[in-house]
Amino acid sequence: MNGNTLIQVKGLCKYYNGGKIKALDGVDIDIHGGEVVVVIGPSGSGKSTLLRSLNLLELPTAGEIVFDGVNISDKKVNINVHRQKMGMVFQHFNLFPHMTVLDNMTIAPVRLLKTPKAQAEQQAMELLSRVGLADRARNYPSQLSGGQKQRVAIVRALCMKPEVMLFDEPTSALDPEMVGEVLEVMKRLAAEGMTMAVVTHEMGFAREVGCRVVFMDGGKIIEQGTPADIFDNPQSPRLKEFLSKVL
Amino acid sequence: MSAISAWFNGLITDITLWFDGFAADFHTVFIEKDRYEQMLTGLLNTLKITAGALLIGIVIGIVVAAVRSSYDKNKESLKQHGGVGYCLLAFFNFICKVYLTVIRGTPVVVQLMISYFLIFASVKDGVPVGIFAFGINSGAYVAEIFRGGIMSVDNGQFEAGRSLGFNYIQTMWYIVIPQMFKSVLPTLCNEFIALLKETSVAGYVGVMELTKAGNSIAGVTYNYFLPLMTVAAAYLIIVMILSWLVGKLERRLRVSER
Ligand SMILES: Nc1ncnc2c1ncn2[C@@H]1O[C@H](COP(=O)(O)OP(=O)(O)OP(=O)(O)O)[C@@H](O)[C@H]1O
Ligand SMILES: [Mg+2]
Repeated sequence: MNGNTLIQVKGLCKYYNGGKIKALDGVDIDIHGGEVVVVIGPSGSGKSTLLRSLNLLELPTAGEIVFDGVNISDKKVNINVHRQKMGMVFQHFNLFPHMTVLDNMTIAPVRLLKTPKAQAEQQAMELLSRVGLADRARNYPSQLSGGQKQRVAIVRALCMKPEVMLFDEPTSALDPEMVGEVLEVMKRLAAEGMTMAVVTHEMGFAREVGCRVVFMDGGKIIEQGTPADIFDNPQSPRLKEFLSKVL
Repeated sequence: MSAISAWFNGLITDITLWFDGFAADFHTVFIEKDRYEQMLTGLLNTLKITAGALLIGIVIGIVVAAVRSSYDKNKESLKQHGGVGYCLLAFFNFICKVYLTVIRGTPVVVQLMISYFLIFASVKDGVPVGIFAFGINSGAYVAEIFRGGIMSVDNGQFEAGRSLGFNYIQTMWYIVIPQMFKSVLPTLCNEFIALLKETSVAGYVGVMELTKAGNSIAGVTYNYFLPLMTVAAAYLIIVMILSWLVGKLERRLRVSER
């Protein structure tokens, strides 16, 4: 798996309001197996739109998304099957409030993969203990802190054994003291070889964990490269300006 | 001393007389010619119509709310994809809108009479016609309650479900509807109480329901107090039982989240 192109984005465009707003304006990007791609850029530059297009939560206006060799932006493709292999973590966690932590984690494998309930629960418990939350399995999301919720959200996605994990600003809604615990989990995931696409404002994380950093502005990829390229040797004026504001 | 005992004796006589009168009234109103049976039939018919209409209303409500909210949620993407799916959904959405407008724009008594005298003119039993008419009527209100409930569930819940690989219907069923149900429960309960009381107009099409039973007993016995108070008490008790049950259910649902 490692090294192969897992996701290939070709000429991706997403327009709103009949073309007046170009959230994505011709984006090409390949994501390889085992790679951690970090997407940075100013607000409104199209980072979320790009990430959410990868699993077709946003339908592209034009362009293609090829995942595992299948053009999933094709209307005839059953996207639900492919989404099972793409985990997603949201800024606001989006845990299901009417279910316990354990049920949050087992509902998808039980209903979709037809995993026997006991086996799904055992797997969920293992994942929970890896993020230090085994004792919270029977709690409801409302009883957890933000950092705990986000860790649960990450392992909930992992329960489907995804091939890639998509993170949209996973730490932006957290109190500062909880950011670390979530980033820690993500770092471990990256070290274990998970393919990840991460939109974040955490430049420290981007530099430390990213294999590749992608800078977006105005719906386009302006510059991309290794963290060292991007942070220590930026080329485009817009990236320089952006970095001068955030670093 | 004797004054007090005379007063006391008088009081006893008054009470005895009152009781005798009450017993006589009670006898005329309920026992004579087995009139209590009429009252029980009325109660039973009221309950039948309410329960049947409730069931129909919920089924219609779910279907209409599902069509309306999936149209609202998906019209952008479906328009883009185009094709039969969009046309079909737009068509059903239009039908639902017409239904809601007509039903909520006309009095339920008129709908009931149209059902009884026009649509089901050949059916002589008013109870099933009542169930039909009140069910159709209630469905419109329940649909809007459910739609509001679905809209009130955060879109992130929907996206989380879809991102795990659930399809639209599974996401609705496992994730959105359970959350919606909890938020609509109080409003839904109000709708059921309103429905129960509205069935009192079924007498217009000759159904012997609770109100009509009380009224007709009052008419033949010339005693209005007892039958009407009994009818009022019966409605009140049913409403109180219903509210109590819903309150219990609500508390149970809330406890599960603490
Ligand atoms: N549903 C929508 N309708 C209209 N415009 C939209 C919609 N969603 C996004 N946009 C626009 O698309 C552009 C890109 O939005 P996007 O959310 O991808 O930005 P972002 O880079 O994630 O920003 P942020 O850092 O604030 O999250 C913005 O100008 C936004 O206003
Ligand atoms: Mg964003």
